[in-house]
Amino acid sequence: MSTPKKVFTKGNEAIAMAAINAGCHYYFGYPITPQNEIPEYMAMHLPAVGGEFLQAESEIASINMLLGAAATGVRAMTSSSGPGISLMQEGFSYFAGNELPAVVVNMSRQGPGLGGINATQGDYFQSVKGGGHGDYKLIVLAPHTGQELYDLTIKAFELAEKYRILTLVLGDAILGQIKEPIVPWIPEKTSGDADRDWLITGAKGREPRRITSLFLADGAMEKHNWHLQEKYDRIERDDVMVEEVDTEDAELVVVAFGSVARIVKSSIAQVREKGMKVGLVRPITLFPFPRKTLLELGGRAKNFLVAEMNTGQMVEDVKLSLPDGCSVEFYGRPGGSVPTPEDLFDVISETYKKL
Amino acid sequence: MKQVFKRPESMTDKPFHFCPGCHHGIVHRLVAEALDHFDVREKTVGVASVGCSVFLYDYFAVDVIEAPHGRASAVAAGTKRVLNDHVVFTYQGDGDLAAIGTAEVIHAANRGDNITVIFVNNSIYGMTGGQMAPTTLLGQKSTTSPYGRDCRRDGYPIKMTEMLAALEGPSLVSRVAVNTPSNVKKARKVIRQAFQMQIEGKGFSFVEVLSTCPTNWGMTPQAANDRIAEEMIPYFPLGTLKQKDVIDVL
Amino acid sequence: MPKVEIEIERCKGCALCVDACPEHVLEIGKGINLGGYQHVVVVNPDDCIGCCRCAEMCPDVAIAVWR
Repeated sequence: MSTPKKVFTKGNEAIAMAAINAGCHYYFGYPITPQNEIPEYMAMHLPAVGGEFLQAESEIASINMLLGAAATGVRAMTSSSGPGISLMQEGFSYFAGNELPAVVVNMSRQGPGLGGINATQGDYFQSVKGGGHGDYKLIVLAPHTGQELYDLTIKAFELAEKYRILTLVLGDAILGQIKEPIVPWIPEKTSGDADRDWLITGAKGREPRRITSLFLADGAMEKHNWHLQEKYDRIERDDVMVEEVDTEDAELVVVAFGSVARIVKSSIAQVREKGMKVGLVRPITLFPFPRKTLLELGGRAKNFLVAEMNTGQMVEDVKLSLPDGCSVEFYGRPGGSVPTPEDLFDVISETYKKL
Repeated sequence: MKQVFKRPESMTDKPFHFCPGCHHGIVHRLVAEALDHFDVREKTVGVASVGCSVFLYDYFAVDVIEAPHGRASAVAAGTKRVLNDHVVFTYQGDGDLAAIGTAEVIHAANRGDNITVIFVNNSIYGMTGGQMAPTTLLGQKSTTSPYGRDCRRDGYPIKMTEMLAALEGPSLVSRVAVNTPSNVKKARKVIRQAFQMQIEGKGFSFVEVLSTCPTNWGMTPQAANDRIAEEMIPYFPLGTLKQKDVIDVL
Repeated sequence: MPKVEIEIERCKGCALCVDACPEHVLEIGKGINLGGYQHVVVVNPDDCIGCCRCAEMCPDVAIAVWR
């Protein structure tokens, strides 16, 4: 087996490359920094695979074009950042109600408002608690390296089809703009099954089908909601993804995702050299959240430090997951500020010393 | 003797829920007749909007995707990019298309998306109970223009056909009415032409159909029908304002 | 001999067909259908010329015509 060829790739392009290699031949999007390389890559490379790139007049139009394409069962995708993702929230709710599979990428930028174009994790609540109307969830994947941007984009298409759900890849400006070597690969499955019974393909030789989220009959919408909830329960049961680093003997466990987790990893290496027993739990799926991992870990490592690039969002889910008797500290850097390894080294050490 | 008028095959058997005298039923029939005429029922995808016509899938024997309010043209653009050998049409009211969905329809038209947009203009919001629409006429009362639409506050009724006809992108832009048998015949011809142009790959076709809303106009079906000629047509003149017989789509 | 048939249960008594008919073949009758509407009745069937104007105007596609 020849050693896999590495490619020096910008994060945003890794996502687009992965999507095309996963069989995504339809992309609808709108320019917004810091994710522009995704539509640009799609515009350049989709024609060669017989795909369709369409620049929409707004993110609202993008998510609705995506809805129209997803209803036919093809792999399709859009991407945006902060403000654009906010405009798509209504569409996300329709995807949930219609149970249509698709992939959306949010390369987050600082907010609220126009904010700026630096990295943030301030869209955590919007992503996992739902920014649109009604009871629904998205699967939310949080990459922390270029390779994961590639791998999790492919995973996103699989999960979207497995559960007929919109899967959100939640990155940020750093991940999108960093260039690093990645190993591209082609997944086994590069399309959804052709015989799915809901596909909109034209009522030839069968009864007409409809894609709808309108349930007016008595109790029909409640029934639909419980049906959706049953799906989300299955996702929480079967498809949590989490990484643990040095948690076996940890007396203090840092919980962080995405870019912050990557920085924490180097900080942990430094504090470990100083003899401090510190570990990391890195949620890879933000929904489904790794509750069980934290519940078990909380039984022995009583002290936790949540680090995020926001004013405290995931920390709430960490607290909800931990058993009683655990202490949870929070370190936040909102508004596009990015903690350095030294920042985190200091915070971790101080927290550790106070144990 | 031969049957010369029957229900179109592309239409289901379900009785309409529309109010007595509402022209939606006529427009539904004309669209279904066009699908029958070109025998494309089995490869047609309807994109329903949000309004009185939201139950498109109950009345058309075709696959239907329900779009969020105002977004049908964008949904249709996405579907057509995938199913480019299928017939894709949207069916939208004046709130859906001329208010919240203006950007979507303007850009679908400007891109020359090879879809057909049926725009039913009854100068009011029907399903939500009679509010002022972008096409509500000056002086026309509604639940949100109780003293009559006043141009100083509410601007003027929007002329979608004239707007879209000004663009290079669309291939057919026309306005028709169904208030008299002869107008219905003319409307049938234009709607058929719109679908024909799509089938021949000639790009974006748009047909605005002036329509009654007896309930929310507070009129009998006959009086509402008369209002089309007396008030609507003078402000919204009928006719095909744009026709481009060129294949300029992928 | 031209003939027109009304699907009474579809009719909502809007009478657009009555206005459209040049030969006064149709009228709103006394009968009430299941929808609670006073539906249209063919009062002068022999005068029908099969022109389909009634059917063209019917918003409920309730009229069939033979010629």
